[in-house]
Amino acid sequence: MIHFADVTFGYDAHPVLDGVSFDIPEGEFCLLVGTTGAGKSTLLQSINGLVPRFTGGTMAGDIHVNGRSVRGAAPADLADIVGYVAQDPLAGFVTDDVELELAYTAEQLGLAPAVMRKRVTEIVDLLGLADVRGRTLAALSSGQRQRVAIGAALVAGPSALVLDEPTSALDPGAADEVLSALHRLVHDLGVTVLLAEHRLERVAQYADSALLLHGGKVMAGSVGEVLAVSPVAPPVVRLGKVAGWAGPPVTIREARRHAAPLRAALAVESVPSDAAAAVGPALLWTDALTVDYPGVRAVDGVDLAAARGERVALMGRNGSGKSSLLWALQGTGRRAGGTVTVGGRDPARLKAGRRRTLAGLVPSEPADLLYAETVAAECDGADRDSGAAPGTCAKILDDLVEAVDSGAHPRDLSEGQRLALALAVTLTAAPPLLLLDEPTRGLDYPGKGALAVRLRRLAEAGHCVIVSTHDVEFVAEFASRVVILSDGAVVADGPAREIVSASPMFAPQVEKIVPGWLTVEEVVAALGGGDADD
Amino acid sequence: MNARSARAAAPRGSGAPGRTAKGHEVSGHGANGSGPRRRGAHPVAWWGWALLLATAASRTGNPWLLLLIAAVAGLVVVFCRGDEPWSGAYRVFLFIGLSAIAVRMVFYVVFGGSDGSTVLFALPSVTLPDWAAGFRLGGVVTLEGALAALYDGLRLATLLVCVGAANALASPRRLLRSVPAALYEVSVAVVVALSVAPQLVQGVARIRRARALRGNTRRNPADLMRTVVAPVLHDALDRSLALAAAMASRGYGRSAGIPAPARRTTSAFLLIGLLGLCAGAYASLSSVIPSPLAWGLLAAGAAAATCGIAFASKRVPHTRYRPDAFGSRDWAILASGAAAVAGTVLSGYFEFGLLWPATNPPQVPPLPLAATCGVLLAAAPAMLVPTQTKEGPA
Repeated sequence: MIHFADVTFGYDAHPVLDGVSFDIPEGEFCLLVGTTGAGKSTLLQSINGLVPRFTGGTMAGDIHVNGRSVRGAAPADLADIVGYVAQDPLAGFVTDDVELELAYTAEQLGLAPAVMRKRVTEIVDLLGLADVRGRTLAALSSGQRQRVAIGAALVAGPSALVLDEPTSALDPGAADEVLSALHRLVHDLGVTVLLAEHRLERVAQYADSALLLHGGKVMAGSVGEVLAVSPVAPPVVRLGKVAGWAGPPVTIREARRHAAPLRAALAVESVPSDAAAAVGPALLWTDALTVDYPGVRAVDGVDLAAARGERVALMGRNGSGKSSLLWALQGTGRRAGGTVTVGGRDPARLKAGRRRTLAGLVPSEPADLLYAETVAAECDGADRDSGAAPGTCAKILDDLVEAVDSGAHPRDLSEGQRLALALAVTLTAAPPLLLLDEPTRGLDYPGKGALAVRLRRLAEAGHCVIVSTHDVEFVAEFASRVVILSDGAVVADGPAREIVSASPMFAPQVEKIVPGWLTVEEVVAALGGGDADD
Repeated sequence: MNARSARAAAPRGSGAPGRTAKGHEVSGHGANGSGPRRRGAHPVAWWGWALLLATAASRTGNPWLLLLIAAVAGLVVVFCRGDEPWSGAYRVFLFIGLSAIAVRMVFYVVFGGSDGSTVLFALPSVTLPDWAAGFRLGGVVTLEGALAALYDGLRLATLLVCVGAANALASPRRLLRSVPAALYEVSVAVVVALSVAPQLVQGVARIRRARALRGNTRRNPADLMRTVVAPVLHDALDRSLALAAAMASRGYGRSAGIPAPARRTTSAFLLIGLLGLCAGAYASLSSVIPSPLAWGLLAAGAAAATCGIAFASKRVPHTRYRPDAFGSRDWAILASGAAAVAGTVLSGYFEFGLLWPATNPPQVPPLPLAATCGVLLAAAPAMLVPTQTKEGPA
């Protein structure tokens, strides 16, 4: 159905795809795996002509979809055979109304009005959008928006559907909604789906096969085979490799069947305890904190206290008030009522320059914090902004991440490096309270692991670190304490291990297989590291 | 962040559209029962209205009338806009308009202009040498000249405000739906340009917040340019490109099945037509070209453009899903805008002096009656199109 024959693509002399050949049969749900910057988006976009039409670059080789050669064709002419869903559905919406958006592609293809109505109704039913079909797109939840984007690509009846990280911005519940809708599409319509995703723990269970893109080359195989050799793999696969399970299993259900011996081995070990983690003096204290937007109460009477050395994960659905709470804690976001005290002072009453020495916030778009032309200039600017000794920021950046080209433009850095730079800029002011809004978006497993380690080190150095995130695996690696928000109010607050194991929605994969244990690293350490080498 | 709960209530009530067996009394605004919950008026009506208002503004130099036009535009925006992201565009254009006035005044003070007898103050003056056309810098600033410059700036500001009103009232994305498919290349450029304005509004807010996080509250222009303007433009460009790519992936402007020569002929036709239209418009505004020739040019250009679009649109296989009907209310909106133009035309015949008040000698200009009535009529949409969030029987 989707057939690549010796496809090579690159800018100048630097190849992104290097002699890629593979074949995805009809009706298959295929997962595209690779590290950040491996060229996954490039591969996906070459299927519907966006590469090289919108990106430039030179391409060789042949791509066929449903027997039709697509290389060199314009994306618009391929809309009836390839549906493409980009990362951010909002950026790609052409209309502002659910129904019109769904019908848009059909309009472009010139389907007869009666056919169009029928198609739209079918798609609405298939994707479970019946109760929102008359709403505006702005009024939808993020999961609904993503389903509308998928439906909009499907209305033309394409034989292949290509999705670029469709769940990266979604909370676990919304991601499940989207993925099960996709699963149904594969079964009911026989669409061939190729999907790239960083959060493999969410999608691996739905996929029939996988492609690994690494160094410009592609390896195809079953999901288990591919993930076993992939540099990025979900915790369940890594646990399977550690325990030496055959396969390795890619779903929780499969893994549980193998898990009895491991559970027995771990039963004699004691579960690592976080209580020992030194918690320093109290730092942050809020009382009845509220944040209002026109017509909405985003944060509703939050009482929160945190101490130096704590690593707090703020979780909750999209729109539950996490970002608003972080901005209000930092003091730049306006609050409607209540008090915030950081180290005995209210940050909202300070000038912006003083405020950031009390509480630093890395926003969900780290690039917003960066505006110099080079990394070196950015670091100098940060030193000047916070009156620190020259070289302070560059040194912090060096500690956070190795080998950032100081002459590079901040927007050309990889996601992880850009986040590290924004973090370094924030840390130059040495704020005791460090807040990060959704930092794991676009990071692969090694990137997230590295971030968790850095944040743990900062907490040990006496910072209080609060991170808002949907990423349960990241929380398992990072947090000592979890706070769950719902509709702006705190509904659960306690030690990470207790909170995440109490909720099936927020439990990491390892916990679901061996209760009480959160990460593969904990298990490896408990087993004495002997098995970890193979 | 989440306006969901606030706005979900209104549209949810009536379930599947088309099946309004007993949904009629629920969805109060049932002027045209066929459409599913039409929100507001047709975007073409809003843009037509705003451009007519701008035309009226361009036909007068009377400050009271210009202020009235700006006020009418503001009133209608306040009454009729939804709470979409682009609804804040009006305020931004208002600021741009104010800066246009300021720039015009600065130019007058620096370069001088029409002279009068009432001297306000004098600046040291330099007369540039002959090779620089003998421009005078600085010199006497008179009340008459300042007034003329102010009126001129005010006219430009009012035009900008009208465009801002159009942006705030009608989503550029919905306007795009009404563009004939034959104009693919042109309309993509227009959409990218149009969607930049509202995105700038959101972008500026986001970047300024992030700037505060860096403790940067400096206000000098060079710093603002580097830390606010550059990132905002960069961001807007990225988003516009994403939109263009998304539109292309969804088949916008397909050329499937049309032979290349036919496509080229159509484009040529279209281009010639548009050029003719521009030439005609220029000629009809210019005083040098005799008016029959100018109108002839304009008509020929319009005809060529219409033919080109019709010719090309036939070749693009393209259908509409539940097209936005251009209803009586939309005609009324256009008519109210036309009233403003008609008023200025009438005033142009009967009270020309009031439309272009003299600034020498300085005086308080009276209002031209016909034009004022016309502009006041243009406020009618504020009554015709109620704010969409209101519920209950209309």
